[in-house]
Amino acid sequence: MKFILYISDYLMPFVIFYIVGLGLLMKAPVFQEFTKGAEDGFKVVLNIMPTLVGLMVAIGIMRASGVLDLLAGAIKPLTNLLHFPSELVPLVTVRLFSASAATSLVLDIFKQHGPDSYLGRLTSVIMSCTETIFYTMSVYFMTAKVKKTRYTLAGALFATLAGIVASVVLTKIVF
Amino acid sequence: MLNYLWGFMIIIGVIVGAMTGKIDAVNAAALSSAKEAIVLCITMLGFTALWTGIMQVARSAGIIDAMTRGINPLLRLLFPDIPDKHPAKEYIASNMIANFLGLGWAATPMGLKAMQELKKLNQDKEIASCDMCTFLIINISALQLIPVNIIAYRTQYGSVNPTEILGAALVATSVSTLAGILFSIVARKLARSK
Repeated sequence: MKFILYISDYLMPFVIFYIVGLGLLMKAPVFQEFTKGAEDGFKVVLNIMPTLVGLMVAIGIMRASGVLDLLAGAIKPLTNLLHFPSELVPLVTVRLFSASAATSLVLDIFKQHGPDSYLGRLTSVIMSCTETIFYTMSVYFMTAKVKKTRYTLAGALFATLAGIVASVVLTKIVF
Repeated sequence: MLNYLWGFMIIIGVIVGAMTGKIDAVNAAALSSAKEAIVLCITMLGFTALWTGIMQVARSAGIIDAMTRGINPLLRLLFPDIPDKHPAKEYIASNMIANFLGLGWAATPMGLKAMQELKKLNQDKEIASCDMCTFLIINISALQLIPVNIIAYRTQYGSVNPTEILGAALVATSVSTLAGILFSIVARKLARSK
């Protein structure tokens, strides 16, 4: 499984090399464009700041009061059967509804266990292959004024479950 | 929805904290978390700016346009009912590519326009068309080249090698999207045969 770790090392430098290289070949003003794009990134982060402060405070309170531990403890018997760490159940559940709330749970896991622990790595991989199903569906279908969504939810849950199973297996064999 | 979730989290946290005698820890956590959120945003500012900057270069070099055109054969397989060169297809392609490149905020407006076009194709019915179902399932299956935010969070919390998860993440996200594609194709066939 060394190969997958190689991908990890080379992916980002390669993508940047490819884009900037091609930009130079096409005679695009690469640095000007870069700074222009970077400005957009600032706006994106500024937009999420208030949400992140609010949710990290809420998760911080839940963690300090022991609610998160109580939750994880309560579902432990069930998750042991599924070979899934009970610490990640709140994350996977919240992930279906709200991206920013999930983010604050991810940060809590990184703080408690470290990003390089088994749980930290598994969290990173799960977050990379899942989406906020209910939020996305409600926004998109509201736009199209659709009331009956047929098999969308089933398909979305199926894809998400496949991603989570793959994450658990990959995290076990790659690292 | 987030209103209830957030309110509920705070209320439960404070009540349980008071009952278990950890109210001083709750107090400290509220203050330190608020500060932590801002410190994290500073790390994220750097990463997000780097990524959106590179993506702007990709746009000006024509890479994003080329990718959008490049996935046309895939779209023909996934959306057999949308005529070629229909605006719906263009919006879907832009949405998928933006999501793939981690430009979520640019992807959503495109996706909503795609839904409006699909709605026209669906003769304004209140029941979702197969194309809508497929589009949303693929969208939610979240194919992503580099999860930029996760890398920023890992850096912030002291990972020795923040990008070590990229390979596994790429495989996992491919698995979930393939599962979504498979499900969509089979479900469409089943819906037709009824």
